[in-house]
Amino acid sequence: MEKTFFRPESLYDVPTHYCPGCGHGTAHRLVAQVVDELGIREKTVGIAPVGCAVVAYDYWNFDCSEAPHGRALAVATAIKRVHPQNIVFTYQGDGDLAAIGTNETIHAANRGENLSVIFINNTVYGMTGGQMAPTTLLGQKTSTSIEGRVKEKHGYPLKISEMLAILPGVAYVERVSLHSPQEVLKAKRAIKQAFENQINNLGFSLVEVLSPCPTYWGQSPKESLDWIRDVMQKEFPLGRIK
Amino acid sequence: MVKAKILLSGNEAIAQGALQAGCNFYAGYPITPQNEIIAYMAKCMPACRTGREQSKGVFIQAESELAAINMVYGACAAGARSMTSSSSPGISLMQEGISYIAGSQLPAVIVNIMRGGPGLGNIAPAQSDYFQATRGGGHGDYHLIVLAPSCVQEAYDLTKISFELADKYRIPIMILGDGILGQMMEPVHLSKKKNKVNTFKNWALTGCKGRKPNIVKSFFLREGALEEFNLKLQANYEQIRKKEARYEGIFLSDAKVILVAYGTMARIAKGAVIQLRNQGKKIGLIRPITLWPFPQVPFSIKNKKVKFLVVEMSYGQMLEDVKLAVCCRQKVDFLGRSGGGVPSEEEIINKVNKILLQ
Repeated sequence: MEKTFFRPESLYDVPTHYCPGCGHGTAHRLVAQVVDELGIREKTVGIAPVGCAVVAYDYWNFDCSEAPHGRALAVATAIKRVHPQNIVFTYQGDGDLAAIGTNETIHAANRGENLSVIFINNTVYGMTGGQMAPTTLLGQKTSTSIEGRVKEKHGYPLKISEMLAILPGVAYVERVSLHSPQEVLKAKRAIKQAFENQINNLGFSLVEVLSPCPTYWGQSPKESLDWIRDVMQKEFPLGRIK
Repeated sequence: MVKAKILLSGNEAIAQGALQAGCNFYAGYPITPQNEIIAYMAKCMPACRTGREQSKGVFIQAESELAAINMVYGACAAGARSMTSSSSPGISLMQEGISYIAGSQLPAVIVNIMRGGPGLGNIAPAQSDYFQATRGGGHGDYHLIVLAPSCVQEAYDLTKISFELADKYRIPIMILGDGILGQMMEPVHLSKKKNKVNTFKNWALTGCKGRKPNIVKSFFLREGALEEFNLKLQANYEQIRKKEARYEGIFLSDAKVILVAYGTMARIAKGAVIQLRNQGKKIGLIRPITLWPFPQVPFSIKNKKVKFLVVEMSYGQMLEDVKLAVCCRQKVDFLGRSGGGVPSEEEIINKVNKILLQ
């Protein structure tokens, strides 16, 4: 029988450290599959984030760097400018990209840096124990919004993708989700598009990935997927934004 | 044959030295009194965006000092010869990035043209970032090699050397000057000899064609791994302590009072020493050129009657290193001003005369 599903060459054959039901494993694989399919493994440079995916380079089989919390797009900007022939991407969570690194995010996008950004949005700080993120939904309980996020105290969920889409330097923004097999396939297409844009010198591309965090949502893995479908995507609608 | 010299400010000389050292990446953010560096680099390093045009180096005006130092981090990781420059408050913002560069064993050059502090301070010259420069500054057990030029020619020469040291030891280097050095103009002899640029860095991020993937990181999660790595860093620092300490010594053999000063302050101290020598007084000068590693050799004077006078544009920061170096063998006196105040030759001479009377 023909084998139709493989471990990508860009993904090491090792178990990951993520919690049951976490979206990082799936997102890592999607990136690896895309890198393989585009035949760019030997010229790809990934920037691993600070946060749960900090050791992404233990799973990805290509050159990688890390960056201080929030600074991935400054690091990526320099690597891409020094080696324009390399394919450079950052993989960042919502705390990283939308809180401490907002400045770097906006300015790299506004310069139109020819980079691909994978933005994992799970509405909490996972690594540090489930605190409120800029993307935390109104009413969502976290360890620093015990009664749920309230707009009077904490402001509104930050819609980074919509914000970036208005910048002329930004070529492509799409929001995808990992809550069902169909959505995972769409996520993969979007990630591929972001890499293809870079190969074609089109400028800044960002894919926002709604990703489950069962541990800090206090839900089972299945409930987490349903919560993305029923609640989270109402605040963060899926589809191409630019 | 008379060597041709050109008139440059200290800031311009640093930029020119960097370019001749093969610096091919600069990222910075404007702050007085070092703005001539960023402007010089912008003029001489046309930014290469797409790779289609022939790159002569990459210049980026960053959105902040945080972004600038992390761009330098990325460029170093990609194997470029990289530099940034700033002044005191900006360097404070860069400390996290400098710690990461040290922790990732990357070669970078960071220029600090110091101004008055703390806080926003003022734009007048000062030397009050000595502790921050020589004690690490950011988090963790690390050092920078800190080079302190005292004239424009030396600012040029030491900047050229700094890129070699950075590559040799895979360590960030700081060129530590002050607003006077940055702004004053002096004739400089530019050597035509360009640095040999080591283009092959087997650890750099270039895409893993034909090799295993390279990882640039400073994160060591496994128990014991970080301690092991820190011991490796310490061994490197020990080599640097042994081999790279630099200083200038003047009239040391018969001196009864030895002044200790660095950078711009050492020039003023030198003027005082010459005046005092002309009066027949036995005064010498030690001018540390590397502030880390701090030169120990010139302080190994056995005669307990010799006295030291540390002169700084700060309130007793280098004083601590001098006291450590003399190990309580001799008396160490201090004269310092800061916040834009600069000790004059007269102040130094008065202080020395008081010490001679003791």
